[in-house]
Amino acid sequence: MIALLKRDMALAIRAGGGFGLGLAFFLIVAVLVPFGVGPDPALLSRIAPGILWVGALLACLLSLDRMLALDWEDGSLDLLATAPLPLEGVVSVKALAHWITTGLPLVLAAPVLGVLLNLPVPGYLWLVLSLALGTPALSVIGAFGAALTVGLKRGGLLLSLLVLPLYMPTLIFGAEVARRGAEGLDVATPLLMLAGITAGSVALLPFASAAVLRVNLR
Amino acid sequence: MTFWEFANPKKFLAWSERALPFLWVAAALCLVVGLVWGFFFTPDDFRQGSTVKIIYLHVPSAMMAINIWVMMLVTSLIWIVRRHHVSALAARAAAPVGIAMTLIALVTGAIWGQPMWGTWWAWDPRLTSFLILFLFYLGYVALWEAIDNPDTAADLTSVLCLVGSVFAVLSRYAVNFWNQGLHQGATLSLDKEENIADVFYFPLLVCIAGFVLLFVALVLYRTGTEIRARRLKALMARQRVQA
Repeated sequence: MIALLKRDMALAIRAGGGFGLGLAFFLIVAVLVPFGVGPDPALLSRIAPGILWVGALLACLLSLDRMLALDWEDGSLDLLATAPLPLEGVVSVKALAHWITTGLPLVLAAPVLGVLLNLPVPGYLWLVLSLALGTPALSVIGAFGAALTVGLKRGGLLLSLLVLPLYMPTLIFGAEVARRGAEGLDVATPLLMLAGITAGSVALLPFASAAVLRVNLR
Repeated sequence: MTFWEFANPKKFLAWSERALPFLWVAAALCLVVGLVWGFFFTPDDFRQGSTVKIIYLHVPSAMMAINIWVMMLVTSLIWIVRRHHVSALAARAAAPVGIAMTLIALVTGAIWGQPMWGTWWAWDPRLTSFLILFLFYLGYVALWEAIDNPDTAADLTSVLCLVGSVFAVLSRYAVNFWNQGLHQGATLSLDKEENIADVFYFPLLVCIAGFVLLFVALVLYRTGTEIRARRLKALMARQRVQA
């Protein structure tokens, strides 16, 4: 399992530039928004938590189709499926690798982009915390979407259509935590809901993803 | 004779062909009676005026939009557990009807909302969750269309339907939390004291019955079409092998 994790991370970092791409995309979204809505600091600080959450979500989406499709093409997914490691474990490890190479950098970069968007000072802690809690759910849900579309020629667009509605509860609670944090309100309820969604997704979705992968590998 | 005998496509076709004419007639009758009664023979509401009459399209279509997803969930489960092809095909046949119902509910809601709330659209929990439901339907249909192998497609869409149901319910309560609503609460509940007035209630019931019958007829018809399309495919494949 650890070997697979190392392999996936090494592949993501070294091959094809997929590693920095999500981060660069996140940066570009944060830079584009002020051009779109104007440079008014008060407006920017109001919408900053939401923009950063939507940006992080789209950046996560960007690298999803690489998660399983590359292994599918070169046949290593078949090897992994016949390996003694259960397929549920394979999917979980792949989601974990995706989170470490995509979600974690986004969490770390978010405060810097918060400065660009004039995020209020009390918001930083909650923004980072909500992203750290929410992005694992995005990776696991994304792994399910990637497993659904792995055998398809043009799965990329379909993947977005399938995964984005599934992202909605995570986005709602995550952005709510960041917004309330930025406004200095109580964040306990949405924070707990967000943690609940992440815990539930991490615990249950790998089974669905593995079931779907088995169908696709049939 | 058990319920599962309808899993046999031949029996299903024979039975549904006998039932369909009655269903079409009953659906048309209920819809015509309900809509004419509702549009022309009910008084105007004392606050909403005649705009209230769009309720006869809005409420039944909204109810069907949710119930069709539930029906797809049940048939998907039956496919996963018992692997009856008719069940998977029924789910496939129901999805476009569900899209249409969701669209009708959204559009009639916008038309109703414009004079009443002064806006076509508000980010109200009910409206938002219907939009999300619409996206789920789109994804479901798109996945069916994208996969060539029918068994693989049935398996994948069934799992998507299960997972999607969980997330759809989650979204429903998440948006409740996210924004307060303009939309009124439920007024058709069986267990509440204060409901819609009887003059509006009875034509509405007839309309709901009409929508349900129409949906059942459409699904049986479309499932029959899917079964025939699959037979045709098998026949053509056999001919190609022989030629």
